[in-house]
Amino acid sequence: MGAGALFIAVFLACAVEAVEATTIVLAAGTTRDWRSATVGLLTALLALAVITAILGPAVTALPLQALRLFVGALLLIFGLQWLRKAILRASGHKALHDEQEIYRKQVSIASAEPVVRRGGLVPDVYGFTLSFKGVLLEGLEVVFIALTFGGNAHQIPLAALAAVCAVVVVAVAGLALRAPLARVPENTMKFTVGVMLTAFGTFWGAEGAGARWPGSDAALLVLAPAIALFALGLVALLRRTPSPAPAEPIVEGG
Amino acid sequence: MKQLRAFGLFVYDFVIGDDWRVAAGVTAGLVGTYLLTHDAGVAAWWLVPALLVTLLPLSLWLAVRRP
Repeated sequence: MGAGALFIAVFLACAVEAVEATTIVLAAGTTRDWRSATVGLLTALLALAVITAILGPAVTALPLQALRLFVGALLLIFGLQWLRKAILRASGHKALHDEQEIYRKQVSIASAEPVVRRGGLVPDVYGFTLSFKGVLLEGLEVVFIALTFGGNAHQIPLAALAAVCAVVVVAVAGLALRAPLARVPENTMKFTVGVMLTAFGTFWGAEGAGARWPGSDAALLVLAPAIALFALGLVALLRRTPSPAPAEPIVEGG
Repeated sequence: MKQLRAFGLFVYDFVIGDDWRVAAGVTAGLVGTYLLTHDAGVAAWWLVPALLVTLLPLSLWLAVRRP
């Protein structure tokens, strides 16, 4: 597998999750308390680092065949979930992911909670918890994707670099704007990530189960475009299918 | 007990997601590939892609029909 494809897949997946986490941290910081939101963010990043440090060696210790089967199954399930949502959004059967709307919702919920000020590192427990949970939950998926991709391709450092680059780029943009990153084409990015996860999951999963692909690694060059075309075909087909109920706005991640 | 249940629900949502049929189909496809390859000696690389082109439209169709 090309290092470039691994970097792009992990970078895009991490960037999408980082955009969603940034929205939550911004809402917690703006409406509650910046110090508590920042401590929540840093604590979640520390927890993610610990999880990565524990799971990383465990993933790489698996025999290659078992690793490919396990990772392929996980990537395929994740990929199909991402692709399914992306197709439903692109065809109008699910509301597009709107960071502005999510931000407004989060701000409204956070503002409604009473503020109980205390001293110390975390003056506002609610702001801390909101930020911590948001970053941890969005980050867990990133950890799994980076570890499984990196572990299978024996390129965990490159996967980690892609993840860190994405988080840094999004965090800097979020801090500079002090507003949700609504212009990031999240839905298109999710569609692309869904196609890549599904393609690599199909390839590694079947290999892990003992199958040999015609053309070996070159099969991926057929699988990824074929899945993309198939998904685009489904979007076109579903656009002609009427929805029984209007799509509701997305207020949570995913 | 309540926290254990919440954790279980989180893991289910994290791994299985919105449609359990997709996860079940993927598992069945990989088990089928393993059995066909190891027990029957069939070059079964086509099974997972074949399941994919069945599972994804089925899951989408069910999602679209749901009110």
